[in-house]
Amino acid sequence: MKGKSFLWQNKRLMAHILFRHRDIPDINKLDVYKKNGGFAALKNAVTKMKPAEVTDVVKNSGLRGRGGAGFPTGMKWSFMDSKSWPHYVLANADESEPGTFKDREIMENNPFQFLEGVALASYAVGANLAYVYLRGEFWQVAAFLDEKLAEMEDAGYLGENLFGTDYSLKIHTHLGAGAYICGEETALMESLEGKRGQPRVRPPFPPSVGLYGKPTVINNVETLTNVPLILANGADWYKSMGTADSAGVKIFSLSGRVRKPGNYELPFGTTFRQLIYENGGGVQDGRPVKAIMPAGASSSLIVVDDKTLDTPMDYAFVRTLGADLGSASVIVIDDTVSIDWVINKTIHFFKHESCGKCTPCREGNYWMRHLTERIHSGNGYSTDVDLLLNVAKQMQGKCLCALGEFSTMAVVTGIERFPQDFKKAVKA
Amino acid sequence: MSKQVTLTIDGKQITVPDGTLVADAAKLAGIDIPVFCHHPKLEPVGMCRMCLVEIGRPMFDRATGQIVMENGQPKIQFMPKLETACTNPVSEGMVVLTQTAKAKEGQKGTVEFLLTSHPLDCPICDKGGECPLQNLTMEHGPGKSRFIYDEKLHLDKQVPLGELIWLDRERCIQCARCIRFQDEIAGEAVLGFDERGRNTQIVSLSDPGFDSVFSGNTTDICPVGALTTADFRFGARPWELKAQASICTQCPVGCNTTLNTRREAKAGGDIVIKRVMPRQNEEVNEIWLCDKGRFAHHYVGSKKRLARPQIRKDEKLARASWDAATKLAAENFSASKKDFVILASGRLANEDLFNLKSLADHAGGRAILYSDMGGGDLTALVGVGAGTNLGKLGEGDAILVVASDLYEEAPIWYLRVKQAADRGAALIVANPRETKLDKFAKFSIRYSYGDEVKAVNDFGKKSKISDEFAKAKNAIVFFGSEGLGLNGTSAVASACADLLKETGHIGRASNGLIGVWQRANDQGAWEVGLQPEEDLAKALKGKAVYIVGTDPVGDDPKLAKALEGAEFVAVQDILETATTEIADVVLPAQAFSEREGTFTSGERRVQRFYAAVPPTGDSKPDFVITSMIAKQMNIVLEGTSVSVVFDILANSIEAFTDLSYAKLAEVRPQWPIVGRGDVYYGGTTYENKHGLGVQLVPAAQVGGTVRIPKVKKEAVLRPKEKELLAVPVNKLYDRGVTVSPAELLDERVGEATVSLHPEAAERLGVEAGARVKISFDGVSGEAVVKIDDTISAGVALVPRSMGIAIKEPVAAKVK
Repeated sequence: MKGKSFLWQNKRLMAHILFRHRDIPDINKLDVYKKNGGFAALKNAVTKMKPAEVTDVVKNSGLRGRGGAGFPTGMKWSFMDSKSWPHYVLANADESEPGTFKDREIMENNPFQFLEGVALASYAVGANLAYVYLRGEFWQVAAFLDEKLAEMEDAGYLGENLFGTDYSLKIHTHLGAGAYICGEETALMESLEGKRGQPRVRPPFPPSVGLYGKPTVINNVETLTNVPLILANGADWYKSMGTADSAGVKIFSLSGRVRKPGNYELPFGTTFRQLIYENGGGVQDGRPVKAIMPAGASSSLIVVDDKTLDTPMDYAFVRTLGADLGSASVIVIDDTVSIDWVINKTIHFFKHESCGKCTPCREGNYWMRHLTERIHSGNGYSTDVDLLLNVAKQMQGKCLCALGEFSTMAVVTGIERFPQDFKKAVKA
Repeated sequence: MSKQVTLTIDGKQITVPDGTLVADAAKLAGIDIPVFCHHPKLEPVGMCRMCLVEIGRPMFDRATGQIVMENGQPKIQFMPKLETACTNPVSEGMVVLTQTAKAKEGQKGTVEFLLTSHPLDCPICDKGGECPLQNLTMEHGPGKSRFIYDEKLHLDKQVPLGELIWLDRERCIQCARCIRFQDEIAGEAVLGFDERGRNTQIVSLSDPGFDSVFSGNTTDICPVGALTTADFRFGARPWELKAQASICTQCPVGCNTTLNTRREAKAGGDIVIKRVMPRQNEEVNEIWLCDKGRFAHHYVGSKKRLARPQIRKDEKLARASWDAATKLAAENFSASKKDFVILASGRLANEDLFNLKSLADHAGGRAILYSDMGGGDLTALVGVGAGTNLGKLGEGDAILVVASDLYEEAPIWYLRVKQAADRGAALIVANPRETKLDKFAKFSIRYSYGDEVKAVNDFGKKSKISDEFAKAKNAIVFFGSEGLGLNGTSAVASACADLLKETGHIGRASNGLIGVWQRANDQGAWEVGLQPEEDLAKALKGKAVYIVGTDPVGDDPKLAKALEGAEFVAVQDILETATTEIADVVLPAQAFSEREGTFTSGERRVQRFYAAVPPTGDSKPDFVITSMIAKQMNIVLEGTSVSVVFDILANSIEAFTDLSYAKLAEVRPQWPIVGRGDVYYGGTTYENKHGLGVQLVPAAQVGGTVRIPKVKKEAVLRPKEKELLAVPVNKLYDRGVTVSPAELLDERVGEATVSLHPEAAERLGVEAGARVKISFDGVSGEAVVKIDDTISAGVALVPRSMGIAIKEPVAAKVK
């Protein structure tokens, strides 16, 4: 396979790695997937490799978590506490970040590659049981995955004694009940255990105390979908793509005021300009880009100029712009949009989705919602903007999980980086 | 001893056990880190974000693994963010800063956030004055609100979670202490959160609402005025209340309590009990109290309290002087010589019982304990050793509960046994039906009613369960009176004592036998020499009877008939009862809340209680009345000072030898630290300043050979065809005289019931909820059918003290 199906030129992707359904019709059928090299990596790993060797390949590939935090995947796997058993693997398919819609496309169109990734992760950490946790609205996806899991079981890629070895694996799907917070890894585990979906205090971290109190690896769907090809083609192959900081490819969910919104699988290091203008067909009505939210509603607002547009997108470079790449849900905002409207939208979302467990997030978002609403509706005073900024900062660094922290990002950067939009919005 | 860790908090160096949380370590160092969700008895959750502090740890050189030094001191690396003191365990060399501008800013921010949605109705809030939110707002909060009042979220302010506990949704700060108490401590997850975000609400998940006998504790640990009791709600302001130490009289656990009292216009200017609060005793009730103990206190203020001595004249009771009443009693007692019988209950204090026993001994009469439970001689012999603490049992220890439903009979023991099981102690529950404790048991043993002794003796045989019990480091056996009368309980106690002796679990702390008595001081009665009588009717008939603190006429028609034929009846009690109605002399006694004295708990801990309210009318303490009668009989008994009676008692009863009244009032530092000045940490539970009590040393711990008397159990009763074996079971909320005056508990007391197996119900053609008549042995009564498929088809469960006089297993007809 190596060097044959994947042609690279000037870091431009010729064939997809994750969205292989865009190149290969019917890859969601087991025989088609198999014909295109499917399950070879799994078979090779289970029959010929030690679990630690699988982890090492992933570690060396430089693969980082695609859920938003960008934590090195192989390193996460190597943290699993070997004194406590059983181990679990969870696939986080709770894709709920406004502006993110990549995992759904993978699961609906290239399910086997994703599930093979789950199986490889399970083998690597010695888990005999894995769960795919999907947001409640993905019930059709879950039903589809159940079919695919049954097919895999029939074909001997799941179940007892895989490939005649003593390794056994079961994968189950599980539906959430409609809470954004359940995408947070510990809240997801609580929900999976049948409890109220609220985050746990960390530490301890999942690789030592996770699902049912046992060591658990939890990875995003996109992350896991990378794994079969990394195992098939080797760490160096994967590292040859992307940037020094961020290896490989990433799916960018492009939305907002662009002509062609959608998912684009591109190597890390692709510039904003290329994504927006070449892939996305440019901004609607040809207007200039004013701001970018690179990580959905949880994102900081980036002020856009030529330098910004030419910044290569990877975890490190985006940070130089005062934002995080996160799940790479790039929301494009043009000059027809006022930022006070944007943050009113994001705070509405976070106020609705705050789980209520910790005080700053529960009370802070409720308070901020009143302020953004007042400001946006033109009933606010200039002191309200200062107060809003102050409340947001008062939340920062005090919340139990990242949700509360993220809810403040657009508010703080919006007010600090686009002050003119707020001067317009309020009474003197 | 566990590993010790030294750290510095605000410049103060302190050494604490490894694993201690920073918030608790600070508390030990005398530094109060403000908390809301954190409670030292609950698992940390880090929800409220009140305890934000700066935490630094020594820096390690990655290459060498050595601590990096700077100017001769370890270099401390502080985390960029504030951390919660309640979730971070201490580590060696840690530096905690609670007072820096950054930490203060964090704490102030949390208070401000909490107040944005708080109604600030302190002036009408029951918690006002002892409210953590109020206190911490004063200390850490902003002086001025930046949140517009009109934007406050308004929610329901009067939500009954059950009939005992009310929720004010506006005041709730979502700390989940109540939910976590029910989940973790009580093991009954009857509360939960509904909705999310700012709409998060506490809801009851059970039917009936808040179905737990521990519900009142949630109001103590609630850090705001969200949860209040139906009993105290809008009853008084905390600062108007006086506090007096007491002991709960509702069951043998002997929970330490505080009686809060106030002079009240509604009570005609009298000083009355406004509420009963737990008082910390980590070896007895920790900081908890069951709802019976908390809410059943109303009988002491009942309209039916006896206030004046009375003498029967022309068939009617008429007011008399103390002199005349005691003289009449004394004359009759003296005249009847050996036919003088004292019938006293375990509701009385040690000093009362001691004087009664002394009177019987000097006058040549007999003192009988009013109880249908035996085995008190054995708990004195092989009872739990001095130094026993259920709170220390765990991994490697074993607890056996036989013929007792601890949840109904002694809730705090249930709580403590459950937690011992949580800590890893092997809990073995042997009962003919499923009880709430089974959920936490490692082994559940089901035997048939009547086979109790056999079930215990089977422990002698080799099995996985008996092995675990025999090998346990420490083992305790609780025996009760489920399905058993006097003979049955005596036999079971003997079998249990044998088992403990055979397996070497006697004569040491945390080992031995505990009786789950029906009254608070039954153990004390046994200690001073009172014993129950198998054929009580016969023992009373034709005698001059001195009945103290009990109502045999109301309890049992057979006893009523026996007393009709008595020579003379003097009744000494606190309340009007069916027995006072037939009395020749009525002597009004003071309630436990009106005097002082001591009780001996089931764990044989002697504890003092104190006078909290003035006496009712001319009533006197029982031991005083007894000494007045004795005096008229030319018998000298101490009748002035309870402490003198206690010291005489201690001198004459071996088990009490080393005790003195003063020693019982001694206290030691306890963990967690609770106190009125710092209600936010432990809750509104009272600090113990009036005595932790002293545990008696059982004979087996003193040394010498222990001989367990064999008790022959009567043959198992075999009911005839068309009959069922009616067996007594115990119910927490019953119709006893010390419960029914609390109207609040009516719903929980409910109606008399009879529990049947589905098959038995089908045979009788009745369904759940049907009204049936149950009759046996001259007794009959109506009861509502309950279905229980964990019992056998041949039995009918009849709760004691619910209007149907059942003392022991009996063949009964159900129609």
